[in-house]
Amino acid sequence: MSAALARGCSDAPILRERGQREVFCGLTGIVWLHRKIQDAFFLVVGSRTCAHLLQSAAGVMIFAEPRFATALMEERDLAGLADAHDELDQVVAKLLKRRPDIRMLFLVGSCPSEVIKLDLGRAAQRLDGVYKAAGVRVLSYSGSGIETTFTQGEDACLAALVPQMPRNDAPQLLVVGALAEVVEDQFSRIFAAMGLTNVAFLPPRRASEMPSVGPATKMLLAQPFLADTARALESRGARHIPALFPLGVEGTTAWLTAGAAAMGVAPERIRDALDMPQTRARLALQRCQSELAGRSVFFMPDSQLEIPLARFLHNELGMTLLEVGTPFLHRAHMTPELEALPSGTFLSEGQHVDRQLDRVRAARPDITVCGLGLANPLESEGMTTKWAIELVFTPIQGYDQAADLAELFARPLRRKDKLDFGRPPVAAGA
Amino acid sequence: MQLSFWTYEGPPHVGAMRVATGMRGLHYVLHAPQGDTYADLLFTMIERNTARPPVTYTTFQARDLGADTADLFKEAARDAYERFRPEALLVGASCTAELLQDDPGGLARAINLPIPVVGVELPAYQKKENWGAAETFYQLVRAFARAPQSPPERASCNILGPTALGFRHRDDVREIVGLLEGMGIRVNVVAPASAAPSDLMRLGDAHFNVVLYPETAGVAAAFLKRQFRQEATKTVPIGVGATREFIAEVAALAGLDASTVAEASRLPWYSRSVDSTYLTGKRVFIFGDATHAVAAARVASRELGFTVVGLGTYSREQARDVREAAAQYGLEALITDDYLEVEAAIEAAACELVLGTQMERNIAKRLGLPCAVISAPVHVQDFPARYSPQMGFEGANVIFDTWVHPLMMGLEEHLLAMFREDREFNDEAKPSHLGSGKLPEQPAAAVLADSESLVEVRGWNAEAEAELKKIPFFVRGKARRNTEKYAAMKGIGTITVETLYDAKAHYAR
Repeated sequence: MSAALARGCSDAPILRERGQREVFCGLTGIVWLHRKIQDAFFLVVGSRTCAHLLQSAAGVMIFAEPRFATALMEERDLAGLADAHDELDQVVAKLLKRRPDIRMLFLVGSCPSEVIKLDLGRAAQRLDGVYKAAGVRVLSYSGSGIETTFTQGEDACLAALVPQMPRNDAPQLLVVGALAEVVEDQFSRIFAAMGLTNVAFLPPRRASEMPSVGPATKMLLAQPFLADTARALESRGARHIPALFPLGVEGTTAWLTAGAAAMGVAPERIRDALDMPQTRARLALQRCQSELAGRSVFFMPDSQLEIPLARFLHNELGMTLLEVGTPFLHRAHMTPELEALPSGTFLSEGQHVDRQLDRVRAARPDITVCGLGLANPLESEGMTTKWAIELVFTPIQGYDQAADLAELFARPLRRKDKLDFGRPPVAAGA
Repeated sequence: MQLSFWTYEGPPHVGAMRVATGMRGLHYVLHAPQGDTYADLLFTMIERNTARPPVTYTTFQARDLGADTADLFKEAARDAYERFRPEALLVGASCTAELLQDDPGGLARAINLPIPVVGVELPAYQKKENWGAAETFYQLVRAFARAPQSPPERASCNILGPTALGFRHRDDVREIVGLLEGMGIRVNVVAPASAAPSDLMRLGDAHFNVVLYPETAGVAAAFLKRQFRQEATKTVPIGVGATREFIAEVAALAGLDASTVAEASRLPWYSRSVDSTYLTGKRVFIFGDATHAVAAARVASRELGFTVVGLGTYSREQARDVREAAAQYGLEALITDDYLEVEAAIEAAACELVLGTQMERNIAKRLGLPCAVISAPVHVQDFPARYSPQMGFEGANVIFDTWVHPLMMGLEEHLLAMFREDREFNDEAKPSHLGSGKLPEQPAAAVLADSESLVEVRGWNAEAEAELKKIPFFVRGKARRNTEKYAAMKGIGTITVETLYDAKAHYAR
């Protein structure tokens, strides 16, 4: 392999665009974070728009009483900040009285709270002092759209957890990024099969199970959007292990191998542990391979998962990459991924949604990965789409989910092939 | 600051989007931060619109706040005009941009576009979605409506109120247009839904206005009355009685004879048929937007013979109408946008049917109550593939079916009572298609864990338990719950046959 090929896309030019961004804000992360940390409550300090976004994105009407809410700012909160703090204290008191099961409360900043410079860090500190004795920790982070794009909300949340992590000088592997429990358990079992048991996960499932961190901690990022969290962990002494992200067989193997190797596990022991699940995952992928090979895909920017997903679709399923859009490109964490992409891949960062839609229409991809606001309009133009949000809400990481991930792309195409409504009758004599 | 777990209405700019998306030839440039584009999915996913809403967002971020967000807005407005070439531009701000005080209306006018620009100011920290829709529609009407060249013919009207994302607006409009045209009335403009700004200019060419949804069209209709002396209808034609009144009202305005209108509803006959006897006095709890809630109460009480045991709305702007209606049923209206309060009221009302929004449908599901949806906020199910209006005579048919089907059908209820001792037909038998046999024993329900103040009920004595078994199984669970609740309330430790019947008498009031 030549040197140029080996570099993949690591120094490829990128189209940087500015304009309307059709993306969620970081508040959306609450939808999966509140399910992940089961005794945490997320209180957005914001407007009715924030509340409406959350319930619309989450379809939360199915929950009896969700573990998130909005402290709706009103006219008088905008007038005087001192009063806003008093009001917030009252809302928190009311909430914690109502929900005594809550052990960790996040005050989540929003666009309006940022713009009026409501200091939620200070409020969290003050309230933490009040409720610590009762066993409730109060933290804050910003999920505002002016600060964060979609998955960056998780980054901000996890970064806020880092100062709460106890110090630990013993060597350990810290897996960072919210994963479905089923995936977490699979990874734990695989690491255990290599004899690696000092593996911790951030975020924890319960506030009381906060993992530790220290100079002997090696961190393995499970998600590609954790720039701030990684920086905060590094400042506590943790060392980042560069690796592909655990999407697809290739990514999962590289990720697990990098983690285990960094912890000093012998290569043959790693190979032995990965052999069986890897073979099984390859087998499971076969069905979708024949359906997806040679099909083209276009990624609109959404979650920062686009580059690893594109790598999976191309390298393991033989799909053609027309454009891979990402809201942000974090080069340091993305280097192995960029190297694994085919050279010449068209990458774009940021968004001008109308211009990008022009490119989609010109390219006529077999499948377009996009947000919920764009999917049906594109379908009505005869294009096939995959909702990006499903790639965030569904367990897709790891070996045993590789085929599920492929299936998410195959199903819309299969459906399109399947549907047949006949033809309108042709006029007589035509 | 107000603690909100869920909200019936979105922010006011979503109301403006409902108006703009319903219309043609109008483009809305919204000064809003990144993330506010979520609102697009309401239209593309819930209503399954085939096009994106005609909205351009500035999607500013933190780095733009340091620079010039006003320039960003001007650029977005210019680009939107160039790309979409609308007849007119609607401009405004969402909650965050309101704080920046960039004045979208002024900025858009400053760039001298060759089309009319209408600015709307929607105070996001005071008002909500329906208010935003009403204000936006009013501003558009004010900007575009012109006085007629000549006095309009008497039998002509506009239909005002339908928007995108409205509860059954699509089908209501078709039903009412058909009804009016059948009467010989010319429908001049339907707005906002399906109207272009150029159509709004023609609003004056009708003799009167039909207001289908006062929540969104009330303000505009009042303006048109002041401006062009167009009368507006007051009756919302939901239910047979209201439809008849509506026809009489419209006929009087149009100077027509109402007696020739064909009545096509099966509701009156179905409701009189013996099968419906069991509907008599069914306790129904109603919650929704003011228009639909008040109309539902009338239909429930007068046309289906139900007893209205609760009536409420989240529309504070129309609270007075709902209070007046509630008083007719001897009730105090529940005016709230806190669904937990609604849930508590539904539980307290001991009702047998809930008519509400999608949220009440979820509440009813949790409480094991039948429910039908009568009002926005909408859900994908509220856009059925079939024709399914709420208004007019066909709407009354739809209402009969959708409210009565969730209840046990009358004949079935008799059969159940008749065959309740049948070996294969009782609550302990598995459904026949799953093979015969008994269901596993259900664990006894924990007694009233949620009401700490009440004493713990130790249990049922054998005699009372045996008596309970004689009650038809489909109401047995409710009888058990009510008896236990009653016993707890009265401080009765062991439930006897007497307690069972005391409770029955107590809840029968």
